[in-house]
Amino acid sequence: MGVRKSDIVLLDDKGIRCDGRKIDEPRNIMIKAGVLKNANGSAYIEFGENKILAGVFGPRDVHPKHLANTDRGILRCRYHMQPFSVSERKNPAPSRREIEISKVIKEALEPAVMLENFPRTVVDVFIEILQADGGSRCAALDAAAVALADAGIPMRDMVSACAAGKVADTIVLDINNEEDQEGQADMPVAYMPNLEKVTLLQLDGVLTQAEYKKCVETAINGCKIVYEVQKKALKDKFFGDSPQ
Amino acid sequence: MDDIKRKYVIPGDVITTGPYRAEENVNLVGDRIIATTVGISEIYESGVRVIPLTGMYVPRIDDFIIGIVKSHTSLSWELDMRSCYPGILPAQDVFGRDFNPKVDELTSRLKKGDLVAARIANFDRSRDPLITIGDRDLGKIEEGELVKISPSKVPRLIGKRGSMIQTIESATKALITIGQNGYIVVSCEEPEGLLKALDAIRMIEEHAHVPNLTEKIQEMLGSNSE
Repeated sequence: MGVRKSDIVLLDDKGIRCDGRKIDEPRNIMIKAGVLKNANGSAYIEFGENKILAGVFGPRDVHPKHLANTDRGILRCRYHMQPFSVSERKNPAPSRREIEISKVIKEALEPAVMLENFPRTVVDVFIEILQADGGSRCAALDAAAVALADAGIPMRDMVSACAAGKVADTIVLDINNEEDQEGQADMPVAYMPNLEKVTLLQLDGVLTQAEYKKCVETAINGCKIVYEVQKKALKDKFFGDSPQ
Repeated sequence: MDDIKRKYVIPGDVITTGPYRAEENVNLVGDRIIATTVGISEIYESGVRVIPLTGMYVPRIDDFIIGIVKSHTSLSWELDMRSCYPGILPAQDVFGRDFNPKVDELTSRLKKGDLVAARIANFDRSRDPLITIGDRDLGKIEEGELVKISPSKVPRLIGKRGSMIQTIESATKALITIGQNGYIVVSCEEPEGLLKALDAIRMIEEHAHVPNLTEKIQEMLGSNSE
């Protein structure tokens, strides 16, 4: 914002990016599970400059009742940005973008959550973006998956998400806000690491076939890094003080 | 005991590959057995299961539970039993066969907030669990302190052949009623015994996955009484 395209060096001669990372290096990730008392499950994530809180309720009674499904549970998801999460106040009413992200996060979690075990119920996932930097949908998804596991909702696998993109004609992992705005492509990917299945794949920008393939591979490698952090967060909460 | 292999798992962890039967909280994918919840995996003889450390109570027929009356219709009460479904207690069960909804007032027997010791009579995917108090030692609980623990920690609180619960009861002279759903009612004549029993239950809840817990509880109760 306020910086012209020519002012910012996205990738220098040594392969170092505008925030000092290498091309295959993600930002710092920290996840904490079980941070809220009143929700059944919760998680807090710091993904670079992103700060996100996720809370899960359920399985519980569906209201309004007509939404209930008699042979499986339903998943509802809300992605919401706080007015102070961006540099200029954001109207707290759900925007077109937030509604879309809520939908894609729901659809990315659905293959993992075993809703068929809980007919006539709902699992609610609430995600609050406290501070936004590029790639908040991936970070939100990571927090939501940890919160679901914390709530004890049966899952086929964890869902880990990470973005990759094209910046200065190079495929890089985990693009930040500047790279998102000035770069050539952005590809968020969500992945189930043990089942080796992709649950979310979006692409904004233009890539050749070879670049596309490389971009997906890079993003999946990022997901695997995120998975280790998610695993640690859950193990710290549940098995923290015992050996093994 | 010794041939049971235990491991801490989170959803997605591959517990084992091989000719094992997939039991509770696991998912069979190809030849891999994958955990579906956070817990402790157990491999024994031919089966694999995960004992969950978090999550809601899943009703099972014949389970003894403690419910809290939430509301009532003209024919039945609705009980909160820490499950994703409410427990349905039919009025006939309490008033007997000659129950008449025009004459009998449901609130005269059970009011909102009352505790009920009950058993799950019937439950399947298509309807809410039906519960009954038509058995010995079941019915309204008149006195005691309610404690809520995770349903997955109930077996730990009871201990092997009831050893843990006997330890606490004999050391504190408290009467402890444990519902499979994680609701527990403790009653004791002496306030000191009550407090000690509550402390012991909370300690078990916090350290449920630690080995040799019975000895630690004995130590704690013993040291307090001195």
